[in-house]
Amino acid sequence: MQPLVISHFTLANSLGLGLSATLDALRLRRSGLIPCVFEDVDLETYIAKVAELDACQMRPDQMAYDCRNNRLAQLCLEQDGFADMIGKAKKKYTAGRIGVFLGTSTSGILQTELAYRQLDSRSGALPADFHYAETQNTYSLARFVSRYLGLSGPSFVVSSACSSSAKVFANAARMMVAGVCDAAVVGGVDSLCLSTLYGFNSLGLVSRFPCRPYDAERDGISVGEGAGFVLVERATAENSSNAMLLLGVGESSDAYHMSTPHPEGLGAKLAMQRALASAGLQAGDIDYINLHGTATKSNDASEGKAVADVFGANVPCSSTKGWTGHQLGAAGVTEAIIGMLAIEHGFVPGSVNTRQLDPGITINYQIENSERKIHRVLSNSFGFGGSNCSLVLGRRP
Amino acid sequence: MMRIFVEGVGLLGPGLDGWSAGRSMLAGDAAYVAAPTNLRASDMLPAAERRRAGVPIKLALAVGQEAFLHSGRDPRTAATVFTSSGGDNDNAHAINAILATAPREVSPTRFHNSVHNAAAGYWCVAADTHEPSTSLCAHDASFAAGLLESAAQVTTDDAVVVLIAYDHPFPEPLHAVRPIAAPFGMALILSSRQTEKSLASIEVDFASGKVEETTMQDAGLEVLRRGVPAARGLPLLAALACGNAAQISIAYFDDNHLNLRVTPC
Repeated sequence: MQPLVISHFTLANSLGLGLSATLDALRLRRSGLIPCVFEDVDLETYIAKVAELDACQMRPDQMAYDCRNNRLAQLCLEQDGFADMIGKAKKKYTAGRIGVFLGTSTSGILQTELAYRQLDSRSGALPADFHYAETQNTYSLARFVSRYLGLSGPSFVVSSACSSSAKVFANAARMMVAGVCDAAVVGGVDSLCLSTLYGFNSLGLVSRFPCRPYDAERDGISVGEGAGFVLVERATAENSSNAMLLLGVGESSDAYHMSTPHPEGLGAKLAMQRALASAGLQAGDIDYINLHGTATKSNDASEGKAVADVFGANVPCSSTKGWTGHQLGAAGVTEAIIGMLAIEHGFVPGSVNTRQLDPGITINYQIENSERKIHRVLSNSFGFGGSNCSLVLGRRP
Repeated sequence: MMRIFVEGVGLLGPGLDGWSAGRSMLAGDAAYVAAPTNLRASDMLPAAERRRAGVPIKLALAVGQEAFLHSGRDPRTAATVFTSSGGDNDNAHAINAILATAPREVSPTRFHNSVHNAAAGYWCVAADTHEPSTSLCAHDASFAAGLLESAAQVTTDDAVVVLIAYDHPFPEPLHAVRPIAAPFGMALILSSRQTEKSLASIEVDFASGKVEETTMQDAGLEVLRRGVPAARGLPLLAALACGNAAQISIAYFDDNHLNLRVTPC
């Protein structure tokens, strides 16, 4: 593929607001996971929560969009000068030439979950202040972000569960090659809600402990919330010589099961191979892999096999979900950004909470952090329905 | 501008029981008579999964299967773009109701059917395809978003893409705040090169500004077009059914739209 220039990025999650909060927490091995205190949820588990959300107020002209997910989006857009950078990009390209392609799995569903507790006792109607299109609808996120930033280019939400905010990089790349837009805001937001906590619990996929990726005794995920945004532009001679680039994307489908990955990691392997091919790189060109690593028995086993098949046991790999929890539709962009921080700061994050590596998985899994030069990173995101996406990010050799 | 070719169509909606049966109504050669959408579980699914399949999966698989039947393509070789305003609205209502009362027992099937890409997941398993699949939402512009993304995939990746758009009504109380008129689905098989199966080429252009949308001549079909987000693609199907050249405008949002130029092959 034609590489895209990554001009600016930011994120917000349980580790704090903005890039330096995440970088500091990674370096200090401070996890964002806490015992579950959220609404009246009665599950014994750990969650990764954005503490600053409770005090966050929507911008007055966007009050109809008020819900946990859009608050998190707004909070994130204001970090690291991201919204200001979009203002500059608008001057360069015009508002109609900047696309908005975002991922979320549950959008503002919490708003509906809470509204169903307040149905009119006689008519059964929803409360009058419930706004479906602006909160529950899956597109709410991209509509809100477009309005907040004043953008009118093509926009949609990709909702393919946990691969959503990785796949949006591919959408942006295609739209730019096709000439539909000149730049794009990509990323994703997912926020805590009862549907995911009780839903993952019903599948037996939620751990009672802080999640332990790739540990022999791993027993499930810790649900997290977070947001991340990236401004991508076409690569030109002036802007790309030493820039951070999206070098390749690989997408695939498992064709195996709705909620269990292919046991041999067939879809995961295809996504990684396609990402390398799209970047024109070999396995040996990758210096660090940020794994999907959800800490379920099945994900880590199948992803581990796929990584071993494609990369052998040399490339340092880790899952950072012990820090951030599983942010579902925001996991892809968050981990892409962690990969870019690793490149910028010459730093490989290890894996918090992981103690005893699964001896059945033969990859170069890193528990401890280390300092080393990183040029190119591969980041994996796999979702329910067997939807897989791998990204290759880095600088030109 | 992106130029793509249509080589297969699938259709299922109220009074529109398949493309073969519905195209004469769309062409204006037969009277359109609204009737409940003839939903049936697809024989692409194993028996156990057929029982679990909600309305969106029935819609998506039926129209996808019909489109591939017409094109003669192997479904394993096509990338998929699914688009819907709401996903499984019956299931969303049921989960909200379950979570509002104790005990909060969301079943595993309800949960995995709640993801927006459930129809895509079932399709990929049933069709045994490892090709890329995406699942989009753009509220009332979901069809336009799906067509735009499909055209981008066809032209930049040289992929064969099946676009599957579907929507169905919420039960109350959500129906009152988001009325969707009827279960409706449509599918298009799109490629970058003309083949002997190609029905027409479509030039797809994303443009700024408001637009006067192309409407359906038949009043009943116009009610359907306005009443279901996925049915915003009906004017395109009508042009394909007529076999005439046509210019079609579809609103994206208030400040942008798609222009389509359809040329029969």
